Amino acid sequence: MSANDTDAASDTGSIDRATDRGTDHATDAAAEANGPVVDLADVTFGYTATPVVEDVSLTVDPGEYVAVIGPNGSGKSTLMRLLLGLLAPDAGTARLFGEDAERFDDGERVGYVAQQASAAKEMPITVREVVKMGRFPYVGVDRLSDGDETVVEDLFDEPVRTARRTANAVSGRLAAADWEIVDDALATVGMSAFADRRIGQLSGGQRQRVFIARALAGEADLLVLDEPTVGVDAESVDAFYDLLGALNDAGITVLLIEHDLGAVVEHADRVVCLNREVYFDGSTDEFVESDALARAFGTEARFLTGGAE
Amino acid sequence: MSDPLTAAVAAWLVAAVDQSLGAADLPLTLAAVDSSAALAAVRHSAAIALQGGLADVGRAVFGVLLWVLDQWYWLMDWAYYFTGLEMLDPRYRYMHRALLVGLCVGVMAPLIGTFLVHRQLALIGDALAHTAFAGVAVGLFLNAVIDLGVSPYLTAVVVAMIAALFIELISETTDAYNDVSMAIVLSTGFALGTTLISLNAGGLAVGVNQFLFGNLSTVSPQSAAILLVLFAVIVGTVAVTRNQLLYVTFDETAAEVSGISVNWYNRVMVMLTALVVVGAMQIMGVILVAAMLVVPVAGATQVSRSFTESLVVSVVLAELAVLLGIGVAYYGGVTAGGVIVLVAVGIYVCAVGIGKLQSARGEREITDMGSIETDGADGGAGTGGDRP
Repeated sequence: MSANDTDAASDTGSIDRATDRGTDHATDAAAEANGPVVDLADVTFGYTATPVVEDVSLTVDPGEYVAVIGPNGSGKSTLMRLLLGLLAPDAGTARLFGEDAERFDDGERVGYVAQQASAAKEMPITVREVVKMGRFPYVGVDRLSDGDETVVEDLFDEPVRTARRTANAVSGRLAAADWEIVDDALATVGMSAFADRRIGQLSGGQRQRVFIARALAGEADLLVLDEPTVGVDAESVDAFYDLLGALNDAGITVLLIEHDLGAVVEHADRVVCLNREVYFDGSTDEFVESDALARAFGTEARFLTGGAE
Repeated sequence: MSDPLTAAVAAWLVAAVDQSLGAADLPLTLAAVDSSAALAAVRHSAAIALQGGLADVGRAVFGVLLWVLDQWYWLMDWAYYFTGLEMLDPRYRYMHRALLVGLCVGVMAPLIGTFLVHRQLALIGDALAHTAFAGVAVGLFLNAVIDLGVSPYLTAVVVAMIAALFIELISETTDAYNDVSMAIVLSTGFALGTTLISLNAGGLAVGVNQFLFGNLSTVSPQSAAILLVLFAVIVGTVAVTRNQLLYVTFDETAAEVSGISVNWYNRVMVMLTALVVVGAMQIMGVILVAAMLVVPVAGATQVSRSFTESLVVSVVLAELAVLLGIGVAYYGGVTAGGVIVLVAVGIYVCAVGIGKLQSARGEREITDMGSIETDGADGGAGTGGDRP
């Protein structure tokens, strides 16, 4: 356990660094909208005539740690797709950072971590290459208009440098500063030593940390995790939630979709209990006291002591 | 928009108008441009100027391509003087062209194939090759019936691109598995091809074999030029969109969340595949063309650790297969397509062996890493008991 403590200490250090760097970003965000990060109002959605999600309203404020729980088939993942703008609600509105979720185009502000099964494990790709993807929204032709000078003006003064800059921007090459952010993100999740390892060689828990690092590299303000610890062994699950907690303390909003009740109760500040509609929305303590669980899951479910499922 | 640029464009337009004759009416879009008196002069025969311009551009591009081809001949002549290889003899220009086409295919096929294989779309090349065959049949049919005089490769490009879009649209709109839409498009393409050929049996059957099995000696300067264009389009597009293609390939949902239009890049992907297939068809033939998209990539996947590495390795393996294959085909007097694929498969088998050796060694390394971590190095919390 002592080894873990040392790691946790070094983790916190690097998270602080990450927050410093992200300050501009955060104040920008605050200036633009002090409102909720996620705002669903009376959202109804169904793949067929029967709604999977009905009349759901959910608001997540900046810095919150919210867990959405519910039995299998309760519409958790659908709700997540709705709030990320991947699906359009049949009725109601979904807003992300104050913008219509479907038209939201600051994708880098949202870090998404799926169930581990969905990533291409067989692909030859290193950990660093995966984390690098977090920087993709920042590179590309947009870089050409960086600063006050335009490329056309530069072209006459420094043709060679401008040509290289143009080529780098057009081909989406990462700059040294981007690589630094990538390495910082890897350090934050404690995966620096694995940077050049092929992703398929990692365990489930390690892989999920890499996906968190990708979100951090994108300087995400909101982390959305869809049952991230399915198929991850118990010891790694604990470490994973410690990391999430540390990131939340550093100011990142966390929205966790889970069916592992133990993990939710132990780590989240607020619980939303879903089974097509919202059965409960309140603090974790109130949730444990309430009968929401029994109503949402049916009468069988109840808490076992010790944080197990 | 900077002023000098606008002025230059206006000046060019005025010059173009001066040179043009006739008095056709101006299209509406240009009529809307009313800012300067100079542009108003464009009223005269803009359409004709445009048409003539396009033809001129086409001719100029073709001229440049033939010049590139000349430089290639020159290079090959030098290679002949240095190596003395009979197949590089300056008298055999068709071999020079076949080598050029082969080398280009060796770059673009694995480049696209890497993305396809990891999206589990390995068979899409086959499907598009069969529709490209239908395109060839359409070209031959049109040439025979109405004497159109168009290269079957051009009709193949058009038909394969349309089919590629269809595959995407079918899987986007019907929720069917990708392989279902591929199977539908594959059989439709082949059915259309055979039907068209049988409609005009006597004349067409002769020409069809070279498209089915490929032929080194029939690579004309025109089809080499078309291939150079395809090569530039494919390599250029991948260079510009590689980040997005990689993200979509690796993790579609996360890519979509990060703001990448997944459907759009999927379409780009299949369209590029159609172009590669038609390009490679000349020497590989319809039936074997898909192998170049898949086999070198499968080999590279076995031995590479990173994505960049796998791209480079797959291109190297493909070039090796192409060069060895063309050599063996020339000296052995056999079909190049078949030999290239057999060599590629041979290389793949070697790669599997090397990959197994590598991973055996890698496992030993991982055990070493584990022991370092327990000493409290920067290995991450709780990773000790977290081995696969």
